Amino acid sequence: MASASAKKIRPKYLSLPALLFEIRLPVPGWVSILHRISGALLFFPFVAWVLYLLDMSLRSPQGFDYVRQYAALPLVKLGLLVLVWAYAHHFCAGIRYLLLDIDKGVDLATARLTSWIVIIAALLLTLWVGTKIW
Amino acid sequence: MKRLVVGAHYGLRDWLAQRVSAVLMAAYTLILLVVLLRSPPSSYAAWKDLFAQGWMRVATLLFAAGLAWHAWVGVRDILMDYVKPDGLRLTLQVLVLLVIASYVGWAIQILWR
Repeated sequence: MASASAKKIRPKYLSLPALLFEIRLPVPGWVSILHRISGALLFFPFVAWVLYLLDMSLRSPQGFDYVRQYAALPLVKLGLLVLVWAYAHHFCAGIRYLLLDIDKGVDLATARLTSWIVIIAALLLTLWVGTKIW
Repeated sequence: MKRLVVGAHYGLRDWLAQRVSAVLMAAYTLILLVVLLRSPPSSYAAWKDLFAQGWMRVATLLFAAGLAWHAWVGVRDILMDYVKPDGLRLTLQVLVLLVIASYVGWAIQILWR
């Protein structure tokens, strides 16, 4: 019988510093965790924010003007950019997952390439919207 | 051999629902993008007219319904991964459902006012 002291302690919980600095994710891993983080952000607060903006802007001409002025504030623009990035990343990574589901791009080289494409495409889309609203 | 391991067997259904709703929302996103780029709503009247159209209201409602289901599966997965105490997880899941229901209710209110 194996001695208790030789037994490894399972499950092993990782400390926050280990999570942040010791574990080095491969690119597909980054796409994955960013897909999760962007999804969580979209659920809250971004859906609520978009509904609020839609509600105000459709309510009355005054509301429409209010949203326009509100969206011109630098901090709000920054928030909108985060929203656009989250949506763009979730969108692009989502398409990648749909393709992986039907066995497209499963081999390592392609999976890494498409991961980079997702990350860069999301940033380019964000940049594009950024140049439009600034 | 038929094996029923554990759970309520909603896994495959929800997996599929998340993908179907994703495709639905992606299509709506592209359509909305084209509409907005073609004729940017520069005035309140134009903006209101866009959402006064029947197809736009229905499409947006479908988007909201797709989002509701998609978000429920996604957020529930996150909670199942990170929140281990059953009571706390159940509480958070109920809270998430309430938030999603409020979102849908709010969206309907905005669309049919």
